[in-house]
Amino acid sequence: MTRANSAALAAAFEGGPAFVPYLAAGDPDYDSSLRYVEALDRGGADVIELGLPFSEPIAEGPTIQGAVTRALDAGMTPERFFEFVSDLDVSAPLVCMTYYNLIYQFGIDEGPEPFVERSAAVGIEGFVVPDLPAEEADPLREACDEHGLDLIFIVAPTTRGERLERIREQVSGYLYVQARLGVTGAKADVSDQTSESLDRVADWPVPKAVGFGISTGEQAAEIVAGGADGIIVGSALVDIVAEGDGEETVEERLEAKARELKRGTEKGFEQRTPRAERP
Amino acid sequence: MSYGTESNPKFGEYGGQFVPEALMPAIEELEDAYERYVLENEDGFVDEFRERLADFGGRPLPLQRADRLSERYGRDVYLKREDLLHGGAHKLNNALGQVLLAKYMGKERIIAETGAGQHGTATAMAAAHLDLPCEIYMGERDIVRQRPNVFRMRLNGSEVNPVSAGRGTLKEAISETMRDWAASVETTHYVIGSVVGPHPFPRMVRDFQAVISEEAREQVLEKAGRLPDSVLACAGGGSNTMGAFHHFVSDDGVELYAVEAGGSSLSVDEERGVAPNSASLSTGTEGVLHGARTRILQDRDGQIMESHSVSSGLDYAGVGPELAHLVDTGRVTPVTVDDDAALEAFHRLSQEEGIIPALETAHAFGYLHENYGDLGEIVIVNVSGRGDKDLESVIEETSEREIEGAPEMDVFQGVGR
Repeated sequence: MTRANSAALAAAFEGGPAFVPYLAAGDPDYDSSLRYVEALDRGGADVIELGLPFSEPIAEGPTIQGAVTRALDAGMTPERFFEFVSDLDVSAPLVCMTYYNLIYQFGIDEGPEPFVERSAAVGIEGFVVPDLPAEEADPLREACDEHGLDLIFIVAPTTRGERLERIREQVSGYLYVQARLGVTGAKADVSDQTSESLDRVADWPVPKAVGFGISTGEQAAEIVAGGADGIIVGSALVDIVAEGDGEETVEERLEAKARELKRGTEKGFEQRTPRAERP
Repeated sequence: MSYGTESNPKFGEYGGQFVPEALMPAIEELEDAYERYVLENEDGFVDEFRERLADFGGRPLPLQRADRLSERYGRDVYLKREDLLHGGAHKLNNALGQVLLAKYMGKERIIAETGAGQHGTATAMAAAHLDLPCEIYMGERDIVRQRPNVFRMRLNGSEVNPVSAGRGTLKEAISETMRDWAASVETTHYVIGSVVGPHPFPRMVRDFQAVISEEAREQVLEKAGRLPDSVLACAGGGSNTMGAFHHFVSDDGVELYAVEAGGSSLSVDEERGVAPNSASLSTGTEGVLHGARTRILQDRDGQIMESHSVSSGLDYAGVGPELAHLVDTGRVTPVTVDDDAALEAFHRLSQEEGIIPALETAHAFGYLHENYGDLGEIVIVNVSGRGDKDLESVIEETSEREIEGAPEMDVFQGVGR
């Protein structure tokens, strides 16, 4: 039994390892972005992390910073984001990834509740808030519990001791295991820090999805074979959006990349579990 | 240096620790080091800091009675001369404290951000003095505006990394330094340049800067025989402000004025997300930026606005959480001075007192000029830094205006370019 408020998020991890792609909503413009997110859904996304752009994305590397800037320049706002979610036609559950100031400022009343209420109304299932550590998260945690949404926390390679316990008490939905130190960005190899980080949270009652630096099906397979319940991929997909249409359209390439990554997770799962023991 | 004994992350509702999880262990490590070394003087940290401030920094610094200003305004105007600190600004108090602390913590590398370049220069000096490698992040626009300081950092052996994101100013440089820190926390200390950022930075930076008001309070009692009626300090992030105010906060009879950059206007352009000022205490609203809940310049959605000031050192969309709290509780009065009045004050002080102030500091003198009648009989102005670094900006900005008493500008245009 895993701890989750959202039945959809819990279900996404029950059928085997999950592929969790990220795109910034509205990058490079509203209509294209809708098509791009839907392409990831067709390509096998189990959960989609949708970025609500904030002007100071301090946890992001250059790739996602670029996406955020393009989306903001094209007019993305929290209000437009909720419209965007309503306009999307996808089967995967949606998680909103954003920074705390946008959540905190929404609505007339101060505090996170109006944002959470509105998110629930349009069908968001949870939040990832990179600049909100467990110590500051009580108001958002309470609003999430009230509206049946999950608050997903990040565990970093540097997270140890009491901090792990604090996060363990708060997390629901799934745990975002940061594969390496630093900011987001595609990398060529799988960090040694990944398996150590996974070991530290192995007995937690939530699925563990690994993110930061994953860009290929092979990496996905390696990480799932190493015990992850899912992989999170952002920058490698945003790179495709940034390149724009070529011989193949962005949609076609995003769908193909999603299939590659999803297949990678399945391959990793087969490597991990001998066929005879599989349910 | 009388330091507080508590390490509370909040000032009322402000402050806190809003940073990526990867940084939290480093911040907890820093909190522990702050409590042990700074608050409890473990291993004689505070003694060594004071000794280095004296021998390397040149403290104590004078509280000078400004005779012509006093005569002009009909009251005693005293200048706390932080411009005489080694490096030419109050910034060294904090940079030296933090680099020394990094050394006590066993860190191997220093990073910092800088706007006007004074903090970068001070950090580069402190790092060279204490033999630690140092990298400074600086917005591309500020690199152009503050070329002499960039060269000074390089002379002291620091790398200067240009930041091109956004408008290329301090806000972007802070974000970029946080990104570096997130990748290097195990070996690196981030020397934040003001009383901003996640706890314990606002408290710790204030403690390092509090030497300003500690000295000024003793000096004014000695020279004038009583406490001042008012203390004026310019406020960007707020480090010289909190330094100049700290030891006067409990003196109820002393009015404390935080002089912000009114820029070209106090109104905001919501459509373009631009505030043509840097007055976050006067015009900002509560929000979360760069690790703390504080007053910030933001649009109604919570996106951070581009700020503006003729002074790069004040050009920032946030302010220290303790200052925001002191304003809310009525202890500190936030006021503004616009670009034109600051430039006029820059020329006036240079001519009448023989002190070329930083453009930041000129804002405080602009307020004195416009409001001296309300400031009481004894006024202290904190001269946060000297203006050598600003000369290129001043030539450019003065050439575009009619400023009483300014030198004939034609011969200077293009100088240094």
